[in-house]
Amino acid sequence: MATVSGRPDVDVDLTHEQLREMYELMLLARALDERMWLLNRAGQAPFAVSGQGHEGAQAGAGFALDPSKDWLVPYYRDLTLALRFGTSPRDVMLHMLARAADPNSGGRQMPGHYSSKAHRILSGSSPIATQIPHATGIAFAAKARGEDTVVITGFGDGATSEGDFHEAMNFASIYKLGVIFLCENNGYAISVPQKKQMAVERVADYAKGYDMPGVTVDGLDAVEVYAVAKEAVDRARRGEGPTLIEAIVRRLTPHSSDDDDRTYRSAEELEDMHSSGPLRVTRNRLMEIGALSDDWEQETKERIKTLVNDATEHAEQSPLPDPGTLADHVYAKDGSRM
Amino acid sequence: MREITYTEAAREGLDEEMARDSSVFVVGEGIGKRGGNFNTTLGLFDKYGPQRLRDTPIAERGFIGMCTGAAMTGTRPVVDFMFFDFILDATGEMINQIAKMQYMSSGRLKMPIVLRGCVGVGGSSATHHSGNYYSFYSHVPGWRVVLPTTPRDAKGLLKSAIRSDDPVLFLEHKLLLNTRGEVPDPDVDELIPFGKASVRREGTDVTAVAFGMMVNRTLEAAETLAQDGIRVEVIDPRSVAPLDMETILESLAKTGRMVIVDEDYGPAGMGAEIAALVADRAFDELDAPVRRVNGVHTPIPYSPPLEAAVVPNRDTIIGAIRDLVAE
Repeated sequence: MATVSGRPDVDVDLTHEQLREMYELMLLARALDERMWLLNRAGQAPFAVSGQGHEGAQAGAGFALDPSKDWLVPYYRDLTLALRFGTSPRDVMLHMLARAADPNSGGRQMPGHYSSKAHRILSGSSPIATQIPHATGIAFAAKARGEDTVVITGFGDGATSEGDFHEAMNFASIYKLGVIFLCENNGYAISVPQKKQMAVERVADYAKGYDMPGVTVDGLDAVEVYAVAKEAVDRARRGEGPTLIEAIVRRLTPHSSDDDDRTYRSAEELEDMHSSGPLRVTRNRLMEIGALSDDWEQETKERIKTLVNDATEHAEQSPLPDPGTLADHVYAKDGSRM
Repeated sequence: MREITYTEAAREGLDEEMARDSSVFVVGEGIGKRGGNFNTTLGLFDKYGPQRLRDTPIAERGFIGMCTGAAMTGTRPVVDFMFFDFILDATGEMINQIAKMQYMSSGRLKMPIVLRGCVGVGGSSATHHSGNYYSFYSHVPGWRVVLPTTPRDAKGLLKSAIRSDDPVLFLEHKLLLNTRGEVPDPDVDELIPFGKASVRREGTDVTAVAFGMMVNRTLEAAETLAQDGIRVEVIDPRSVAPLDMETILESLAKTGRMVIVDEDYGPAGMGAEIAALVADRAFDELDAPVRRVNGVHTPIPYSPPLEAAVVPNRDTIIGAIRDLVAE
């Protein structure tokens, strides 16, 4: 059942303008992500966790979904997907700097734990894979309501070792739920390499066990991921059930700002890791088909720089949470308290 | 006596037990060549190899279940789970299997498993890396719950934990990992028993029972209060299950006043338990009500000013003790 997508000449139903939007989203995510590390290293934020190297997989999959009615159940690397679903650069920086106005959690959650009820983005968790059954549950409820909503959930290769992954895939397949399981396989569960995590060669092979389609795709190429995800979303929309997509990506940073990947990745491997990435691969693809120009790229990067600076300054000037609000939201406002 | 860090001391204890008993092995994420997220196994991979320092996939339920089976067959697994919050994913396994296995088998099966990892608030670790939860597990019959505060105790209690036939939760407060203290030389095979409190400072006016990092905060408070002539006796129970009430009651008989300083939540917590036992067994010794100083009853926030407001500090402890002395 698992297949490997190999579509160098893939023909997608996106206009050149939409393709540029997709690439712009990736550039924006990268610029915000780099700023987050800068803020961490400058001592302005105790923690940063990154999606650098995952932008192509997320942008491609994100463009196959309809943010006006679909749901995103992200993990902590899904910045590009969160932006695609409507999180703004200012939201991202308010969250990063843990301000009172942080729309994700008002400074209660770690950075990278994107959520927004308004944008149908469910809150993330630090324990791995707990979001996967949540995504299945959302699709279950949507189906019960007779909606054709599709739910996408992101997770890493590490999450496939958790029982939650199995339980969620099983349920989704049994009930033919509209879930896109997007495994962003960067080869590492923090420090443990893929070969120590699983005996199978491809995460997509797991799909066989649930009788669902499983596809491995080059996650550096947003266009190719889009083509695979579009098929999966169409199938889900028709009520034909879930798909497991394994996008092969690169984790271009350590696991988090508290990790030093030089303790488990060789200098050679790190050098090779940075020799390519989703921005370069997707850019080359769009250049080849004539969807990009140097002028457009230059202007876009300038515009993004302004956006990121504005978002950072806005967050820096925004007040910190008031310790008087510390216990707010432990219970619903009109609920009983101990 | 030489001084080493808390983490170095615990690692030395683990090393000694692995050398002594070939049935001891460690599982966890990144505990092999990498040496553990908190350097808990640094250097041991080269000594004992990948069979005994087993890197696992991220699957708390899975690897704890696996080690439960291994422990039932007589090996001695040490599960290194990094943060207590993560092990909550294995709660069912911990309460329904590990804690009950000896009882369910009428003692035919032993359960010599150690689950070790970090607890405690600090460093903007937020809702999922700051949990304490030791009072929660002290509620469950079957578990030994250990909370060492000094490097010497970390080593001696870990050695006892590994040799225990009962399951042990060995909980290390994040902010204690790099603290230094005196530890006997490596050739001294010092085992510190569970259920034996340590009197960390002697005093005659107030008994302060403190847990984990709060022992250090309370010692700081006691130092300040001594300048005003208030003599605080500071007791570190070192294990919450079993709890050494004898030492606590002996101290109360001397002081007549008691405060319990605990970073963990107040409701149904260690302070409530101790206060109830005191009311039961030593009501006539009390010159004032038993007081508690606890962490705020809320999930732990990420924001530094919010986080600082969650835990008791030196000043809140001083305030509580002054009030208690005035009562």
